[in-house]
Amino acid sequence: MNVEEHDRLKKLLHTALPPVDLNPEPARDLWPAVLKRLNAKQPMPPWYDWALLAGLVGMLALFPSAIPVILYYL
Amino acid sequence: MTGGSEQGNNDRQTQEQLLAFRHGNVDAFEQLFRLHQRAVYRWILHIVRNPAEAEDLTLETFVRIYRAHARFDPARGFEGWARTIATHAALDWMRSSRAERALRFETMEDPPAPAGIDAAMSAEIRARIIRAMGRLPPKLRIAALLAGVEERPHKEVAQALDISVAAVKLRVFRAVRLLKRDLEGQGIRP
Repeated sequence: MNVEEHDRLKKLLHTALPPVDLNPEPARDLWPAVLKRLNAKQPMPPWYDWALLAGLVGMLALFPSAIPVILYYL
Repeated sequence: MTGGSEQGNNDRQTQEQLLAFRHGNVDAFEQLFRLHQRAVYRWILHIVRNPAEAEDLTLETFVRIYRAHARFDPARGFEGWARTIATHAALDWMRSSRAERALRFETMEDPPAPAGIDAAMSAEIRARIIRAMGRLPPKLRIAALLAGVEERPHKEVAQALDISVAAVKLRVFRAVRLLKRDLEGQGIRP
């Protein structure tokens, strides 16, 4: 793709998606919601996440050669 | 009081505020929130283009900011740091249940095309371009939206994405190339 094509496509994109309003404002005061979310207790991971983790650790302990394979897919 | 000493006092006050925030002071955090919430909201709106989602992501950004207060470096300034966290929150939003997000992205209502050159583009073609944009990988889409559509300076986008200016340019180039292929596949020749 040459520079001219690239610029034409950028212009097309710009026309299809006009930039958003320069000075948009949130519709409400967000501070109370921020405080509420900060004070909310962080949910604990469900039991099956712990079970999965325990299974994974157990499997790696039994088959250490699987560690590079797991790391590859992470 | 002279202008210079007033400026000095303000700087000292700001520095104290930033240090207090770094130590987890909620009052200092509220002052920083009041000072920067509009800028963060605008930045996120540039990316998600949906006011309700932008509000929710602004909340999420400030929650992340507060939780990361101990890692804040006052010497680097608050605004750029907040923008980086906001960009990552928006990126996570794009990645989570991507198909649904893409659908929302493609069905969102942009302001009506202004008269003149934009009016020449049919609504159908606009919709196809928006859909193609929604299909881009989030990392490329965010770079294309900020640098290509919103025309934010590459340096600012690079800082927000934690990458180099060259990497921003490369992402925009790749995004545009993918868009071209997608549009050509739909019979639209840019």
